[in-house]
Amino acid sequence: MKLVKQFIEKDKSGYVTLIPEEFEDMWHVYNLIQKHDQLRAVTIRRIQSESSTGSVDSQRIRLTLSISVDNVDFDTQVGMLRISGRVIVENPHVKLGTFHTIDLEMNRSFTLIKPEWDVIALERVQEACDITKKADVAAVVCQEGLANICLLTSSMTIIRQHIDCPVPRKRKGSVTNYEKGLKRFFEQIYQAILRHIDFDIVKCVILGSPGFVREQLYEYIFAEAVRTDNKTIMQNRSKFIVVHTSTGHKQALQEVMNDPAIKIKLADTKAAQEVQALDQFYEMMNMDPDRAFYGYKDVSKAAERGAIGTLLVTDELFRAADVVKRRQYIALVESARASGGKVFVFSSLHVSGENLNQLTGVAAILNFPLPDLDDEEEEQVPEDDADLDEDGLPPMHSNQNHDILDAVLG
Amino acid sequence: MNFGSSLKTQSAKKAAGSTPSAKAPLLSGGDGFDRSGAVTPVGSAPPSGISTPSKASTKIGKRIDVVTEYQKRVAEKESLNLVVIGHVDAGKSTLMGHLLYLQGEVTEKTIRKHERDAQKIGKASFAFAWVLDETGEERARGITMDVGVTKFETEHRRFTLLDAPGHRDFIPNMISGTAQADVAILVVDATTGEFESGFDANGQTKEHALLARSLGVQQLVVAVNKLDVVGWSEARFQEIVAKLEQFLVKDASFKKSSLIFVPCSGFTGENLVRSVVETFAWYKGPTLIQTIDKLDAPTRAVEKPFRMSVTDVFKGTGGVSAAGRLEAGHIQIGEAIMVMPGSEMAVVKNMEVNDEPTRWAAAGDSVLLTLSGIDILQVSTGSVLCARDAPIPVTTHFAAQIVVFDVKIPITVGFPIIMHHQSHNEPGVISKLVATIDKGTGEVVKKNPRHLGKNTTAMVEIRLNGRAIPLETFKDSKELGRVMLRKGGETVAAGIVTKILSFGS
Repeated sequence: MKLVKQFIEKDKSGYVTLIPEEFEDMWHVYNLIQKHDQLRAVTIRRIQSESSTGSVDSQRIRLTLSISVDNVDFDTQVGMLRISGRVIVENPHVKLGTFHTIDLEMNRSFTLIKPEWDVIALERVQEACDITKKADVAAVVCQEGLANICLLTSSMTIIRQHIDCPVPRKRKGSVTNYEKGLKRFFEQIYQAILRHIDFDIVKCVILGSPGFVREQLYEYIFAEAVRTDNKTIMQNRSKFIVVHTSTGHKQALQEVMNDPAIKIKLADTKAAQEVQALDQFYEMMNMDPDRAFYGYKDVSKAAERGAIGTLLVTDELFRAADVVKRRQYIALVESARASGGKVFVFSSLHVSGENLNQLTGVAAILNFPLPDLDDEEEEQVPEDDADLDEDGLPPMHSNQNHDILDAVLG
Repeated sequence: MNFGSSLKTQSAKKAAGSTPSAKAPLLSGGDGFDRSGAVTPVGSAPPSGISTPSKASTKIGKRIDVVTEYQKRVAEKESLNLVVIGHVDAGKSTLMGHLLYLQGEVTEKTIRKHERDAQKIGKASFAFAWVLDETGEERARGITMDVGVTKFETEHRRFTLLDAPGHRDFIPNMISGTAQADVAILVVDATTGEFESGFDANGQTKEHALLARSLGVQQLVVAVNKLDVVGWSEARFQEIVAKLEQFLVKDASFKKSSLIFVPCSGFTGENLVRSVVETFAWYKGPTLIQTIDKLDAPTRAVEKPFRMSVTDVFKGTGGVSAAGRLEAGHIQIGEAIMVMPGSEMAVVKNMEVNDEPTRWAAAGDSVLLTLSGIDILQVSTGSVLCARDAPIPVTTHFAAQIVVFDVKIPITVGFPIIMHHQSHNEPGVISKLVATIDKGTGEVVKKNPRHLGKNTTAMVEIRLNGRAIPLETFKDSKELGRVMLRKGGETVAAGIVTKILSFGS
C-alpha cells in the first residue's frame, strides 16, 4: 500500500490518503475502517434521470463520493471490500443522505477520515505500507486423499483450494485401485498448483504432509512438469521446500511455521512471530500457569499491576463496532507497552489468530507470577463465558438488512 | 473414565430366547421414516429375520433369519477381529506374515517369490512382511503405511487380522484399524536399546497401547519379539515383562488377568505355532497361536439397529464397493440401507466376509458390501451405513468426557484438535471446558477450569470446523461413541461422546 498523504490533528482526528496495491492491502483497509468514519473514493453509481416525456434513462457514471461508513464487508477469497453508508457531500448527481456502497478498487486512492486515529490504526497504516515485511509463500498441506492449497502473506492465510479426493486403500492382493487413486489425487494437486500459484510473486512453495506423501508429490510434480514440458515449474524447482507436518488439515500450517527450515525463510514475518508467541504462551501455561492468563478480565488485572511481558491480542477485537470496547483494548495495549511489554496483534486470518480468537482473543505472558489472580476470578468465570460468546461471532455478515436497504435505494 | 464395562450389551444368546417374532417389514418402508429427528431408538425391536415376503425379497430369494444363523455360526467357531500394534520396526508385519505362512494362509510359492524379490532390493529379511505390505512404496521403504487386512483360522477361532502401521505419521491409519478390532497383539522388540527407544516418550509402544485401550480393546497379548537376537535370554524377557506390565496395568488400566506375555521370534518363527524346547527351555507357556486361540469374543450388539462404519470405498464390479466393520445389527443381501451423512439410500447387492461371498453378516464381521442405486460420491471413508428406520445422528457439536494424555501443553478453550472417529478425521476445536472430574468417583472437581493438564478427566464440548460427521453417544454405541483427539502428531486425549448438542450439518 502506498501512503499518499497523512494529516492528523493534535486531537487525533484527521485523514489519510492511501492507494491499495495488492490483495492483502484490502485486508488492512478492512481493519482500518470503522463505523462512523468518513470515506472519500472514486466509485460507480447508476444515475436515473426522467425526461420530460416520462421515459426513464439510466446510466452508470464514475464519480467521487464521500460517505459516512455504516458497514464494511470483506470477502477473503476474492479480496473484495465493500463499504456502505450515507453520502455526506452533496454532488450534482447524488443527493445528500442517500445510501451508497463503494467497492474499493486496487491502485486507486481513497481518503479515510477518522474522528480519532488511535495507535492501533496508525500502526496498521505503517505496517501496510512497509514493503520490507512482505513475504508471499504458497503452501500445499496434504495427506492421502486431502489437500489444502494455501497462500500465506504476512497477515493473511487464504485457502485457495481444498481438494478432497478419496484414495481407495490397499486391499489384499490388489493395490491397483490404491495406486490409481493416488495418481488421480496428485494430478488434482498439480493442476491446483498451476492454477493458483503465481511463481512471480511467491518466494517459496511449501509441500507439507505426514508420511511420504510430500516426497511422492514432489516427485510427481517434477515428473509431470518434465512430461508436459512446463517451464515455469521446472525453473522454480528451487522454490519448493518439503516439510513434515502431522496432518493435511489447515492446522498443519502452524507446524509449517515452526519448522526450522521455514523459520529461517520467514523469520521476520508477522505470521512466524505470531506462531512463536502463541507457542510461548502455551508453554508458559504448562510450566507456570500463574504467569499465563487469557480473557479480558484476567489480562487487564495483570496489566493494572504492570505484570505483562507479552500481550497477544487479535485484530478482531479492534474491529468491534462497539467504540467503548475498542477503547478498552487499546488502553490495554498502551498500558502493556508502557510497562515495557511486547505486543503482538494477531491477524485473525492466520491459523494462530483463529486459535487465539477461540481463546477469548486476548492472552498474556506475565513477567512474574500472579497466583491470586486465578482465585479472584473463580466466581466470575461464567460471566467471562458469556462475554466470549458475544465476541465469538465475527461481525462480518451482520449487515444483511442494510444490504437489502441498499439494493432498494441504490 | 471407565472404558472397561463396555460389554454389557445383551448377548446374542440371551436374546435368542426372547427374540420377539415381530414381523418388522424390512423393505416395505412406511414405518420409521416419519420418526422425527435423528435420535436413535436403540431399545426398539430390530427387524428380526423372518419378514413378510415383500416384492424385493421374492426376487432375491428367501429372507434369512440372521440371528439364528449367527448363533449357529458362533456355536461352531467364534469370529474375532485382531489388530497388531507396536512401535515402528518391532516386527509386526514379519511376525504376522510368518504366522500366516505357518497357518497355511500363504503358499510356499508366494513366500519364495517374496524372498527372491526382496533379495533383489537388498531387503531379504522383509520377505514375510511383504505378505501384508503390498504397495510399492511400503515395500521399497520397508515399513507398513496402511492397515493390511487378511484372515486366518485357528482351532477354535476365526480371525480377521489387521496389521497396523507403527510409524508415528500413520497413527490415523492405526486408529482406523484398531477401531475395528476386538483384541490386540502388542509387538515389542526385545533387542537391547530397541525396546527402550520404542518404550520411552518418543516411541509408539505406549501411545499404541493407550489408543488400543481407549478404543475399547480389553484383551492384549504382548508378543516379545526378536528374542533370537538376544540369545533367548530369560532375564531380558522378564525385564521387559516387568516394565510393560507396570505401564499397562497402572497407566493404561488393562486388567492384569487379560494381559498375556509370549516370547517369540517373528523372523525365525519360534514359538509362533509350535514351541521349540531346544532354544529356550525356560519357557513353559503356550505358543502365540495357542494364546490367541483362547481369547474371548466380546458379546456383539446383533440385536441393535444396523450400523457399519466405512473404512474404504472404491468402484467395484456392478456398483460401489464399501468395506468396513459391522458395529451393530445385521445385514443381508437385498436389504436397503441408508448412508449417513447424506441420507442416501442404497441396496446391498452382494457381500463378502473375509473374502468369501455370503448372504448375510452380523455385528463384528469385517465385510465388503457391493451397493447399488447410489453414486460413489455419496459414500466416503468415514460414512456410516445404517438401518433406514434408525439412522445415526449427524453432528458438528457434541459434549464428551475426555481423559487427557501426557501432553506437553495444557488444553485450553479454543484448543485446535484433529478429531479421529473410526476411519475418519476432521479438524475441530475444544469449544468449552465444562468441568474437571475425579477419575475415581466421577464427581465434579472444578467447574469451568481454565485449562486441563495431563492425566485429568474432564467434561468438554467439541465443535468441528468442517463437515458434520455421524456420531453416536457412548451409551448408544460403544464403538461409534469413541473419539480420539490429536494435535501436532500426538494424541492429546481420548474420549467418549456423552451428548450430541446439534443435529444435522
